[in-house]
Amino acid sequence: MSSQPGAIVAPLAADQRSRRDARHDRQFRWLLKICALLVLASLVGAAGATLWGGRSAFASFGWHFLVSSTWDPGNDVYGALVPVYGTIVTSFLAVMLAVPISFGIALYLSEVAPRWLRTPVSSAIELLAGIPSIIYGMWGLFIFAPFFSAHIKPWLTNYLGDSPDDGKLSWVAQHVPFIGKLFGSSYPFGASILTAGIVLAIMITPFISSVMREVFQTVPTRLKESAYALGSSTWEVSWDIVVPYTRSAVIGGILLGLGRALGETMAVTFVLGNAMQLSPSLLDPGSSIASTIANQFSEAVGLQKSTLMALAFLLFVITFIVLLIARLMLRQLARKEGT
Amino acid sequence: MGALYLRRRITNWLALGLSMLATLIGLGFLGWILWDTLMRGISALNLRLFSTITAYGNEGGLANAMVGSLIIDLLGIAIATPIGVLAGTWLAEYAHHTKLGETIRFFNDILLSAPSIVMGLFVYTIIVLPSTALTHGNTTFSGFAGGVALALIALPVIVRTTDEMLRLVPSTLREAALSLGVPQWKLTTQILIRAARSGIVTGVLLALARISGETAPLLFTAFGNNFMTLNPMEKMASLPQIIYQYANDPGDKMHALAWAGAFVLTMFVLLLSLASRLILSRNKVSHD
Repeated sequence: MSSQPGAIVAPLAADQRSRRDARHDRQFRWLLKICALLVLASLVGAAGATLWGGRSAFASFGWHFLVSSTWDPGNDVYGALVPVYGTIVTSFLAVMLAVPISFGIALYLSEVAPRWLRTPVSSAIELLAGIPSIIYGMWGLFIFAPFFSAHIKPWLTNYLGDSPDDGKLSWVAQHVPFIGKLFGSSYPFGASILTAGIVLAIMITPFISSVMREVFQTVPTRLKESAYALGSSTWEVSWDIVVPYTRSAVIGGILLGLGRALGETMAVTFVLGNAMQLSPSLLDPGSSIASTIANQFSEAVGLQKSTLMALAFLLFVITFIVLLIARLMLRQLARKEGT
Repeated sequence: MGALYLRRRITNWLALGLSMLATLIGLGFLGWILWDTLMRGISALNLRLFSTITAYGNEGGLANAMVGSLIIDLLGIAIATPIGVLAGTWLAEYAHHTKLGETIRFFNDILLSAPSIVMGLFVYTIIVLPSTALTHGNTTFSGFAGGVALALIALPVIVRTTDEMLRLVPSTLREAALSLGVPQWKLTTQILIRAARSGIVTGVLLALARISGETAPLLFTAFGNNFMTLNPMEKMASLPQIIYQYANDPGDKMHALAWAGAFVLTMFVLLLSLASRLILSRNKVSHD
């Protein structure tokens, strides 16, 4: 046996091959790991680049930057309050408007609609999520803002605002505190914080409703059927069984929508009016962080450019925190499921 | 029929009615937006749109923007696909239950919804500024920078789909190959990725649909160009950026061009996402 050369060579070759394979495996593993680390790097890099770009703004304005509403390119003095306020208020409005609608859609699609209708309707709603944000912006600018200023805004200023056309304050404006200020406006056009909030709400509704619908489906049928067997109505099962069971994931889905709204640029830029002023009225134009950057970055130099970078850093931090909480809450339900 | 029973029934009908109303409102806005985009877009469509460049303004078309968009989008996908597929493979095959793997998966999900304008500024800082300094201002904004910015937006989508699709591949396939002595890199590249191919392609299409509608990151990277260029090292126009520019223009003819561009863009994006969703619906995976 040992006189045959093949018998000696074969184990050697096999040994070499397994060593070669092990080396290739190691290299392959490293290549994959580096690619995966690039994901982290892009997140850290985005935060680092904007922080670095905004360093001179942070250095010259300090903490005052966050609370100052000045925006004066002539004297090179900037504060972040107006765009931060606009970003938070428009996103908050969007979530307030989108949550009940999304909840209704998710409820309808998971508990109410006949089976044959569920797939087409949910695909249509998801289609809404696929429309590019610039289209929302254009539609908002050319169609919705004129409609808003012709039909919705006069009603709001006359019945809720503190500056109605005929000068007579409505009962609501006289008796409910702050509401007159919120809806009083002498700005004649449709672009406003509320308009941006509404367009954003339309944009984030499909995101929130698809998360809600997905988590509603994770509720064990056993739980629902027990409640039905005790005589509960569909609404009682939804509100008393499904919602409590999925609470953390539902909140996670809402925060996910909030994260989208905070970072949205195009849909907002077109309908916000881009005014660097702080107004208590929702019907006055404003600015958001993203719209300010989109409008001013190309022409900005020196400290203004640095300020816009600093604003981008703030936006990144705000959305990061919101999305972090969202994902943590969504993960709680996944844990409960044991996946 | 007691009063309590009646009240519960009325509450139930009211709530279910409201949920139907909410769905109708959602569908109504979808119809409203699509209707206007279709009507105004189609009425502004003509051949000039595809044959003339934006340098002619009112009398021009959008040919250079469409070509630019195509180049920038494909660049973005070409950069993001290999990195995304490899990273997703690492998450699914090598780091399923490790701390680093969980961390990267978690932050990838956050990156999915990170503000795109910040990604644009990031690429502006790492590509546009250095190339301006290195070439003494000869190369500033470029189609390449735009492609990198879009790649950063496409990356998390591809990572996530690859990760989920690979985890759907039955482990018997892995065990069978390993028991034959196949090295792991061969198992991964030639068996697992091949088995999950249709799902991964879907993820890439979804990513393409997502980035082709992005405007904000292109404003400070590809910038725009009124002339036709195929060179990715030059400033480059893109469809979303031209729509943004024309919609902000006071002229009515510019608005018509913007609507035509919006129509072409919407059709492209919706067809892409419809196609990918059709493939996806066969493999049940979530994509929030």
